[in-house]
Amino acid sequence: MISGILIFNQKGENLIFRQFRNDFRGHRLSDQFRIQVISNAQVRSPILTLASVTYSHVKHENLYIVAVTKANVNAALVFEFLYRLIALGRSYFGKFDEEAVKNNFVLIYELLDEILDFGYPQNTETDTLKMYITTEGVKSEAMETSASQITMQATGAISWRRADVKYRKNEAFVDVIEDVNLLMSATGTVLRADVNGQIMMRAYLSGTPECKFGLNDRLLLDGDGLSRQTGNRAGTKATRAAAGSVTLEDCQFHQCVKLGKFDTDRIISFIPPDGEFELMRYRATENVNLPFRVHAIVNEIGKTKVEYQVAIKANYGSKLFATNVIVRIPTPLNTASISPRTSQGKAKYEPSENCIVWKLPRFPGQSEYVLSAEAMLTVMTNQKAWSRPPLSLNFNLLMFTSSGLLVRYLKVFEKSNYSSVKWVRYMTRAGSYEIRF
Amino acid sequence: MSGDSKYFARGKVAELRAELADVRKDKGFVRKKTTLKKIVANMTMSNNDMAALFPDVIACMSIPVLEIKKMCFLFLVNYGRMDPEKALKSLPILLNDMQDSNPLVRALALRTISYIHVREFIESSIKPTRILLRDTDPYVRKTAAITVAKLYDHNRTLVENTDLIDGLNSLLKDSNPTVVSSALAALTDIWERNDAIKLNIDHGNASKIVQILPDCSEWGQTYILEALMSYVPQTCQDAFMMAERISPRLQHSNSSVVLTCIRVILYLMNYIADQKEITGLCRKLSPPLVTLLAKGPEVQYLALKNAHLILQRRPEVLRNDIRVFFCKYNDPIYVKVTKLELIFMLANEDNIEEVLTELREYATEIDVHFVRKSVRAIGKLAIKIESAARTCIRALLELVSTKVSYIVQEATVVIRNIFRKYPNQYESIISTLCENLDSLDEPEAKAAMIWVIGQYADRIENSDVLLDDFLFTFAEEPVEVQLALLTATVKLFIQRPTKGQDLVPKVLKWATEETDNPDLRDRGYMYWRLLSTDPVAAKQIVMGEKPPITAETDRADPVLLEELCLNVGTLAAIYARPVQQIFRSARPRRLPESPALQRRYDDPLIASPNAAAFFDNNANEAAHQQAMQQVDAYFAGNQVQVNTQVANNNGGATGPATPYTPAPQSAQMGGYQSGDPFGMGMLVESLPMDQRQGGYVVNQGQPVQMYQPVVPSGDLLL
Repeated sequence: MISGILIFNQKGENLIFRQFRNDFRGHRLSDQFRIQVISNAQVRSPILTLASVTYSHVKHENLYIVAVTKANVNAALVFEFLYRLIALGRSYFGKFDEEAVKNNFVLIYELLDEILDFGYPQNTETDTLKMYITTEGVKSEAMETSASQITMQATGAISWRRADVKYRKNEAFVDVIEDVNLLMSATGTVLRADVNGQIMMRAYLSGTPECKFGLNDRLLLDGDGLSRQTGNRAGTKATRAAAGSVTLEDCQFHQCVKLGKFDTDRIISFIPPDGEFELMRYRATENVNLPFRVHAIVNEIGKTKVEYQVAIKANYGSKLFATNVIVRIPTPLNTASISPRTSQGKAKYEPSENCIVWKLPRFPGQSEYVLSAEAMLTVMTNQKAWSRPPLSLNFNLLMFTSSGLLVRYLKVFEKSNYSSVKWVRYMTRAGSYEIRF
Repeated sequence: MSGDSKYFARGKVAELRAELADVRKDKGFVRKKTTLKKIVANMTMSNNDMAALFPDVIACMSIPVLEIKKMCFLFLVNYGRMDPEKALKSLPILLNDMQDSNPLVRALALRTISYIHVREFIESSIKPTRILLRDTDPYVRKTAAITVAKLYDHNRTLVENTDLIDGLNSLLKDSNPTVVSSALAALTDIWERNDAIKLNIDHGNASKIVQILPDCSEWGQTYILEALMSYVPQTCQDAFMMAERISPRLQHSNSSVVLTCIRVILYLMNYIADQKEITGLCRKLSPPLVTLLAKGPEVQYLALKNAHLILQRRPEVLRNDIRVFFCKYNDPIYVKVTKLELIFMLANEDNIEEVLTELREYATEIDVHFVRKSVRAIGKLAIKIESAARTCIRALLELVSTKVSYIVQEATVVIRNIFRKYPNQYESIISTLCENLDSLDEPEAKAAMIWVIGQYADRIENSDVLLDDFLFTFAEEPVEVQLALLTATVKLFIQRPTKGQDLVPKVLKWATEETDNPDLRDRGYMYWRLLSTDPVAAKQIVMGEKPPITAETDRADPVLLEELCLNVGTLAAIYARPVQQIFRSARPRRLPESPALQRRYDDPLIASPNAAAFFDNNANEAAHQQAMQQVDAYFAGNQVQVNTQVANNNGGATGPATPYTPAPQSAQMGGYQSGDPFGMGMLVESLPMDQRQGGYVVNQGQPVQMYQPVVPSGDLLL
């Protein structure tokens, strides 16, 4: 498993160095990484193997977080662990960057010692760890009393939740967040359109609540959960979508969800961690509602001019409105000047990004706005053809799901039988929303 | 916020020692804590002077503040080996802690003591480990389980002489799932490092550990699934049942659970006979693989690399999902390149239009390596999908018209291969190629163009002029180009003796008298004698029919593929080469025998592992090799042998190329065969970009930067 964890800043200074196995020795290896990855502009892989020593790294903020391994290890486990380390850092310090690491290096060593034993990841649940590894410094006297409770928690079947949670008001917030991805060709055909959905939950519930969660998932509604098939299905998708159900291509769940139950009955049943967590992720590829239609005409006139005509239409209901709509329209590298005109919002040429940035703070449904611009180019010797990167969109759209997914119910069962309040919110964002022209 | 960053400064031993020795009143040991933090920071900055503080730090160990204790332990773990004598003083404290009433303290002490690679520490931790394996607290038991693996790593014989491994075994029946999964992880770890140890899990035990899967942490689930690789199903029914039972794990949000589960299911499939059951399982594998593409780029990369492997073994997986592999503009380059490989693999007659549109788009991107790969992919698709050849060639010509030098060069190379695959069909495009002669400056592209000129010398009006132009720089060219020039000149002479008669003597003279390269010289002499002895035979040999080529280089050798499929999710799967080539100490995994094991080596194509190398190195070299072989025999005066050779070479198609490995390749590979730690055996494509000038292949599992030269001295800290 993992032989060592190293954290570097961008200058290549070693901020954290912890080794877990004897097969990897000394700081020579950290010099290796510095030379081979940090100071090497041509790094093309997150994994580098040099004479049986493998460096797997993730870049986060201004840090390189590196796992050193010596054997043919489970690479997915290594990266998941690094992701988890980042998540833990963020949960502990708010942000996991050079400053946070330097300010808390002792705590990070303490955490590392706890979450990796001989390089094997151990319990990494934030909630449990925070019971005995805290930023204030731990007093061993105070711990004695609860120590066995902590150990039960850390090794138990519900390692993500403490037993003694209490709230005066029991509430649960569900956020359905969809990232819609689009790749449209220059001729307007949809090359790919899919939705990566995420259901975030903030549970403020007392005791050990058992939750059941229901969606308008096609398989569940049709009651054929037992003869479940995944992959591409043929047949009557459209009619079913019209009837108000969606087909989820695949879903993945938080550790707390009972997967066996989902597999047999298609019921999402779980005991939630306290506070915020990601309940599930899903993917939908059928009947994706695209919130925006973009029509772009870009003409290169000779070698000195490019003409733009970009029209955007909102496809959602007129009562909804999108916020923070940002359209990035790429321009050639040798652009000298651009004067964009828009029917709404503000557009500005950003030379550093090589694009026109068109911002529309509020975009009501069914409306349509246009931008027209002319880019003047400087003449260059050795002119290379412009690669025409795709135009891209960013937006937030509340109370709309591209997949059509709806939460049908969230039931909470707890032995004290309290009543709880549940809130659901929907949001669709642009994932990678790209239109070629 | 505690704001410890101020301690990140180089400290002097004497000062720190004085601070630790400070006897003034220190409420809550705040000053001690601060000093220790400074020491830890210095340790990180690899300030090895800190080892001198050993006695002072050990003195702090008995302070009843856990934070201080943990820092002292960290110090001990880091420097214990450097000064075992002084470290020993801490031993009583650790041993005492292992009897503490607080389970966290017991576990901490056990964990710490077993990290220290010093004989006394190892020896004295054996006894407490045995006791703590049966501790009342599960947290301590799981720590003890891992400790056994740790001790085994330090001193194998010492552990084998005790009953620690038996103790580990008995933990498999523990009531706590975390303890069970830790014990399995420890056993697997031990298994990895000793070939004599067998890990057998029978169906009953396998069922039991699968049962506790849902109650384990995500990491625990991974360890259990890993351990299931040691379960050997005895009937097809057992195998299928087990696969079905673990398949809900495919829905887990942790990708290591998902990929390890995929590995186990793939493994179990080898023991399932029913094709329907296999298809059903395969269908379950696709969606989770695709879903991993929504994770961070590193995990995406893993998913793609593994998908690449799985596709070769189980082509029914992912069959309908080509669109999800289309590149996003902002994907990191390693993701893009791997997606491109998958697109190539998944391309077929039905989606070729879509794929070509996509590839044309990639061919205009910025990253040169990616663009080249895209161009090469288009060319290879022409070879792979016969019905699409014409469309692909049109796309290539479009790209050639951009006049971007590296695109033109790449296109030239693949068009040469297309000519090889479809002789006498697309020669009309030669004129377009000839327009771009000036932009060729890479050896591979030059050699390809020269091959085209030589091969079609009778159809290109001014072939002699073109060749003469290239010959102008003969002496400066790399040997790859020189060889091509030599052959092309001979071909020109054979097809158009009047045009070639001035060139041939000149080139033969250069090749035989003015070169240091033995391969070039040998080939020169061979042609010289051939031409002077029997021009008719020369024509037959030089212009003879060439063995066909295929694009199926993406199919790995079945033995390797089988091994890699048993390693899905691991590093070896990314490098797509035999595990032991990269990780010499790794224990090999094979499919264990069982009555239920299904064998499958029925595909003749994948049975010839070197076909790949044969095709992609220089296609035209085949002709020479054939010729040379025959000529050798010819001059030996053995007519019979010539005939058999001809028969062999024509009928043998893409037989193993190794025995005839032509000169340029061996020159290129030479450095690797001796010096390369990974033993890059057969595929030139897999060398790092900077070390080979040509050879970009679309569809090899390209290990990115397997080996890079170490730059001497590069201390960035200065």
